[in-house]
Amino acid sequence: MSSRESAGFQLRLRYAVLIGVGFVMLYPLLWMIGGAFRPNHEIFNSIGFIPREPTFEGFTKGWRTSTEYTFATYLLNTFAIIVPKVIVTVISSVLVAFGFARFNVPGKRLLFALLIATILLPKSVLLVPQYLMFREFGWLDTFLPLYVPSAFATEGFFVFMIIQFMRTLPAEMEEAAVMDGCNSFQVLTHVVVPVILPAIISVALFQFMWSMNDFLSPLIYLSSVEKYPVALALKLSIDVTEATSWNQILAMSTIALAPSLILFFAAQKYFVEGITVGSVKG
Amino acid sequence: MIYGGRASGLLYLSPYLVGLAVFTLFPFVASLLLSFSDYRLQDALSAAQLVGFENYAAIVHDRTFGKSLVVTLVYVFVTVPLKLAFALFIAFVLNFRLRGINAFRTAYYLPSILGGSVAIAVVWRYVFAGDGLINQALAVLSANPVNWLGEPAYAMVSIVLLRLWQFGSAMVIFLAGLQGIPADLYEAARLDGASHWQVFRRITVPLLTPVIFFNFIMQVIQAFQEFNGPYVITGGGPLKSTYLLPLMIYEEAFKYFEVGYASALSWCLFVLVAVFTALAFRSSKHWVFYAQERGEGGQ
Repeated sequence: MSSRESAGFQLRLRYAVLIGVGFVMLYPLLWMIGGAFRPNHEIFNSIGFIPREPTFEGFTKGWRTSTEYTFATYLLNTFAIIVPKVIVTVISSVLVAFGFARFNVPGKRLLFALLIATILLPKSVLLVPQYLMFREFGWLDTFLPLYVPSAFATEGFFVFMIIQFMRTLPAEMEEAAVMDGCNSFQVLTHVVVPVILPAIISVALFQFMWSMNDFLSPLIYLSSVEKYPVALALKLSIDVTEATSWNQILAMSTIALAPSLILFFAAQKYFVEGITVGSVKG
Repeated sequence: MIYGGRASGLLYLSPYLVGLAVFTLFPFVASLLLSFSDYRLQDALSAAQLVGFENYAAIVHDRTFGKSLVVTLVYVFVTVPLKLAFALFIAFVLNFRLRGINAFRTAYYLPSILGGSVAIAVVWRYVFAGDGLINQALAVLSANPVNWLGEPAYAMVSIVLLRLWQFGSAMVIFLAGLQGIPADLYEAARLDGASHWQVFRRITVPLLTPVIFFNFIMQVIQAFQEFNGPYVITGGGPLKSTYLLPLMIYEEAFKYFEVGYASALSWCLFVLVAVFTALAFRSSKHWVFYAQERGEGGQ
């Protein structure tokens, strides 16, 4: 085999591996979406995912749910938790990251070490005392325990991500703004924030996704069904309607994943940048 | 540091200082105290009583804990190496001037974004159900169906595969690491007549060790905290074969209301994670290569 032939063979082999793995990776998602449009009796008859008799029955019945609320209630609840959570996460993370990146504060090394330590700390250690604390506050069965802690930069990963971005910025811009008479807060809002916008978008997107996926916190803090986010509603629906209505559950799973899917395809650049900044450039 | 003023620095850090004290350090200490207490969830806080090491003594004799510990360690030490090896392998295949590299990266990364959700765990239940996707695929290959979620030996497979399916975030990090290796190092090695294997062994792997280390730590910590998968897909069963420690802690606290016992369990998990992280950091001095050391003739 000449070296050109062998290079061509190698290239084909790489493509074969990539396409094969990609197919296996995406198949469960295709199967979910296909199943959402199939009548129940069809879902388990074939390995394919394209519906033979497409139907919206899964969506219309699933949307009504087996509870007294429609799926719209659960979607609205989800956003009522996530929107404030993303906003307070971004604001607190930017402020704290600016403090770490640009100021000399006594004990900064220790504080930064604790920031990293909280990233590594298993959340189950804090779960029970936090629950008891929020119970004392009278916050059980409200959305407050789900987003108030984020207003205090409790997710160290996001602070760390923004610090890493800020470290790459040249000092000249900020120095010029200071010479022009800006105070540090004005520099932050007018000079730094516009430049680190990609990092801010990454933080917002990751927090959105992780909060969409969060299950344990709503599970322990919310008890009334009318306040359930999508994650709890889905778990409830498999407990109640397991055997009979697979297409409804697949349809509602598809809807539950739709916001994340749309955001991911619209902004995947930020996901890639966000996840690599802490690990590689650090 | 172009801004003076320690006071304004503290002001910027103040949300973090409050959050650290109220939502992290205080619960952390409270958790330790609770682990030495007898306290049931429905009682007033004042009913908590210190009982010394009773909870820990009970843990030592708790067969469910023994089972859960073994299952958790098996889960972590099967999932993490497989996931990292697979992520690294795919990153190598992708790190080549291939057309469509971005499309592949997207396809592989997507499951990491969605995979932690309840929706995917629900889909997973159906994929591994008696007449689900996997068994239909086996039927096409004329293999016998497997009772994936009903057999203790197989239930763990479905949970592990759910995490392996999410190798994409580790892969994206590996890929960025690979792309950060300067091309002139490869060229120099080629000119010196190094083989593919020597290049891989002497250049790629050493320069990638910081990224391997980062991914390893993050994956170990994540794996020790796995909850959604076992809770939604198997409920910890059958016969506790997927009863990972976070699920046990949750059930002790919020199903059996044994807060003191649950807190002691959570401290066992914490110590376990801390020991593994500390060992990893200690060992990293021997195998992780940082660019700054190159001047000292690093190996």
